[in-house]
Amino acid sequence: MNDYAGLLDAAARQRLESKLAAREAATGVQMVVALFPSLEGESLEDFGIRLAERWRVGDKRLDNGVILLVFARERRVRMEVGYGLEPELPDAIAAQIIRETIGPRFREQRYAAGLEAAVDAVYARAPARGAPPAPPQRTFGMSPWTLGALALFGIVGFILLREAMGGGGRHGYTATRQGWTSRRGSVLPPIWWGGGGWGGGGSSSGGGGGFSAGGGSFGGGGASGEW
Amino acid sequence: MKHVVLLLVLLLLVGGLVAVVGVVWGIGVNNALVRAEQDVNEKGAQVQNVYQRRADLIPNLVETVRGFATQERTVLTEVTQARARATGVQLTPEALNDPKAMERFQAAQQQLSGALSRLLVTVERYPDLKSNQNFLALQSQLEGTENRIVVERRRYNEAVREYNTRLSLFPHRIVASFAGFKPKAYFEAAPDAATAPKVKF
Repeated sequence: MNDYAGLLDAAARQRLESKLAAREAATGVQMVVALFPSLEGESLEDFGIRLAERWRVGDKRLDNGVILLVFARERRVRMEVGYGLEPELPDAIAAQIIRETIGPRFREQRYAAGLEAAVDAVYARAPARGAPPAPPQRTFGMSPWTLGALALFGIVGFILLREAMGGGGRHGYTATRQGWTSRRGSVLPPIWWGGGGWGGGGSSSGGGGGFSAGGGSFGGGGASGEW
Repeated sequence: MKHVVLLLVLLLLVGGLVAVVGVVWGIGVNNALVRAEQDVNEKGAQVQNVYQRRADLIPNLVETVRGFATQERTVLTEVTQARARATGVQLTPEALNDPKAMERFQAAQQQLSGALSRLLVTVERYPDLKSNQNFLALQSQLEGTENRIVVERRRYNEAVREYNTRLSLFPHRIVASFAGFKPKAYFEAAPDAATAPKVKF
């Protein structure tokens, strides 16, 4: 839950945040809501997918993330749906949620109500949580020892790199929500979860200031709308 | 005499070492190129998938529109024919090596895009159709698919850029020409794709 646009008051933000956290704990589906003041001339869909590629919401294997973006000045909404949720949340349903759930409430400037209803609508369709995801199994044909040594090198390298670059991302927006980083009990730096494979991560993640999502992938599914 | 033999042995050793290092390096470069090429092929297949997904939506869309707008036969036939032509040109891994084949694929898909946007313009004249639930669902699916096409094309182009760059950088070029790697063709930034048919609701 990130309100860069200042559309919500503190109480509403708190309510939405705990709703998101509770639903995520119950279903495993990860949803992020972000309100921006403006698109600043960018294309809505382009902004959406780039943010999705950057934040990588959702589980890495289940790709079960949803991102709801609101742009206040343009009065536009975009829902990005992760690959794994496309069967439950096809574009037509995403469009329907925007059109029938968000639109009418936003037109009455009931932003918090619209967002809460949208979160409910999304989670109403979320699949029941299956077996908890198996521990990550890296099948690279390497022995645990090699893998361990590589990881050690990687961590040392990562720290050195971080030192060298002074940290920080290009984009000013960072997503934070309590309970996220701790979900996997991860002690590794975020890049390991967000990198989408060993050694390939630099461009798609990094930066982000302590943000670590599960590494879910998006393919442009979802819908756009306005109010 | 003894010195000459020693020198020869030393030369042989150094030569052998250089050869071994060279071969190991070559194998490494080759494997990296194979991986990059595979990435390009996978993303090419994704592009084909999303275009296929669009083609799969069309019969349903045409049927729905026909139910409301019988007299728009020309534009409907045009879409159906463009779809038939587009599904006839597949984006195979071989086609990714062949700029001509890529052009054919893109031309066919662009024709379909054009026919589709003409259809959506026509639809504007039928308010009943525009508020039909089935049509609304199809329309958002179509919009979503157009967006997926843009996304997958971009990802494909990024993979090609990575692969082609790897291929053309100097020391790699030697290995690439030995192993027969060829540069891959990009998707042009078609003006059509950037302005995918967008209908407001």
